[in-house]
Amino acid sequence: MAELRTETMTVNMGPQHPSTHGVLRLVLELDGETIKSCMPTIGYLHTGIEKTAEQKKWQQVVPLVERMDYLAAQSNSLAYVLSVETLLGLEMPQRVKDIRVLLAELQRIASHLVWIGTHAMEIGAVSMLFYAIRERELLLNINELVAGFRFFPSYFRVGGLREDLPRGFHDAVTAFLDRFPAKIDEFEGLLTKNDMFTHRTQGVGVITLDEALAWGLVGPIARGSGSDYDVRKYFPYTGYETYDFKVPTATEGDVFARYRVRVEEMRQSVLISRQALERVTPSGAWACDDPRVVPPPKDKVYTEMEALIQHFLIYSQGFTVPVGDAYVPVEGPRGEHGCYVVSDGTNRPWRVKMRAPSFMAIQALPKVIQNGMIADVIAVIGSTDVVMGDCDR
Amino acid sequence: MNAHAHDHSPDGEFGFLTTKLEWLIQWARRSAIWPAQFGLACCAIEMMSMATSRYDVARFGAEVFRGSPRQSDLMIVAGRLSRKMAPAMRRVYDQMPDPKWVISMGACASVGGVFDNYAIVQGVDQVVPVDVYVPGCPPRPESLIYGLVQLQQKIARSRA
Repeated sequence: MAELRTETMTVNMGPQHPSTHGVLRLVLELDGETIKSCMPTIGYLHTGIEKTAEQKKWQQVVPLVERMDYLAAQSNSLAYVLSVETLLGLEMPQRVKDIRVLLAELQRIASHLVWIGTHAMEIGAVSMLFYAIRERELLLNINELVAGFRFFPSYFRVGGLREDLPRGFHDAVTAFLDRFPAKIDEFEGLLTKNDMFTHRTQGVGVITLDEALAWGLVGPIARGSGSDYDVRKYFPYTGYETYDFKVPTATEGDVFARYRVRVEEMRQSVLISRQALERVTPSGAWACDDPRVVPPPKDKVYTEMEALIQHFLIYSQGFTVPVGDAYVPVEGPRGEHGCYVVSDGTNRPWRVKMRAPSFMAIQALPKVIQNGMIADVIAVIGSTDVVMGDCDR
Repeated sequence: MNAHAHDHSPDGEFGFLTTKLEWLIQWARRSAIWPAQFGLACCAIEMMSMATSRYDVARFGAEVFRGSPRQSDLMIVAGRLSRKMAPAMRRVYDQMPDPKWVISMGACASVGGVFDNYAIVQGVDQVVPVDVYVPGCPPRPESLIYGLVQLQQKIARSRA
């Protein structure tokens, strides 16, 4: 019998596809339902943020970098302000460090909630999205309380915070932290022992530890493959070395392992947030006392000439940063968010470069997806938790 | 077949009402807007918030987000539109059946926002016709719902 002549089919997945987390485009070569090759195409959300940042003053860049990885706004701005503060040689008061830790951990929970909701929804558990977003709204309420903005608080500034914590902050955060651990159990009850979910995720999209390290993967993806790399432990910043927490890892390297790592990370974030909240007093220092970057209090601006001039200079010309470059990584929800800034001594950055964990995750996608089934592509993309704003910038 | 042409209700009244066909059609269109699931950037997350638990856009009949543009009649352009993405977005718009509407969500989609640079289309109305602009960066879900209600009123005013 003559052999059947077959050929592969090339399919474009994206850039407009409900499950590609925005505008990721995958060119898939299919042999039946098996994927022979996969070619990610990025750049559909390229915004030129790094270039735009070079036209802004140092302080004005904070809202810009928050719009890169829009699910982890405060991780971006934390990396940026820490880099600039390194160049300026500023040391923050302990209270500022603790508030930053607290808000960064709450941001991690918020990001993981979007991930667990969309990931489960794409696999088929649609109601999970509603459970997750319900809890996330409480975190957005805290953002709104702190900064008047749900999404991009721009609360971390070079030199400290934008202003002091509002009244009712401790109550709001305590209420959330008391409520949330039981909700994680609820999520796990819906997913972890759910046969439908485990069958779609276990043994799918396996990344070995060697591959993860070779591709430069970080964050929950690498930790799901057995790496224990966490910037908070390896290169502690803003006082993480004084907090007591564990770095959850798994060894299987499949989609389910990454799921378990992220769920456990949410529990650890609750623990860190509790420790941070205990240390933060309701009022106190909310910025360093460097007059170059921090404007004087308003009552002095209205009564003292020097304070008025200082206020005017900070808000009209901005401040200059000494010549040099600095790179400070932070552990964002997706892994190592690093910000590399270069200053030429003027009031604007010469270069702002973000090390985006999503970019590394996407370059590893072909390896993971290849020789898998087409239905697993959705599960793998969801488990890498890529944000195209982070990747394309 | 012995079905009666005019079915009587128990109290002996005819169960019917009279209206203009045009009004009826537009009432049906505006009461069940199906948006395309077309998220670009940050605004897409707020669009998700609008669709889920707290804001629950089902109250306004627009909760059925469709994965396929062929099944939807509203495109919410949620986020910044890069020059590379613009042809793809126009294609999605062309694939939607008439009548169709567009909400430009957020500052970037409306005018380019803070990103006045080489990469971003300075307003999606250069690519597709926009019915409602919703300001904000990103707009709150309430803003988007308000924009949706404005669109419903616009549909009610227009000819079928």
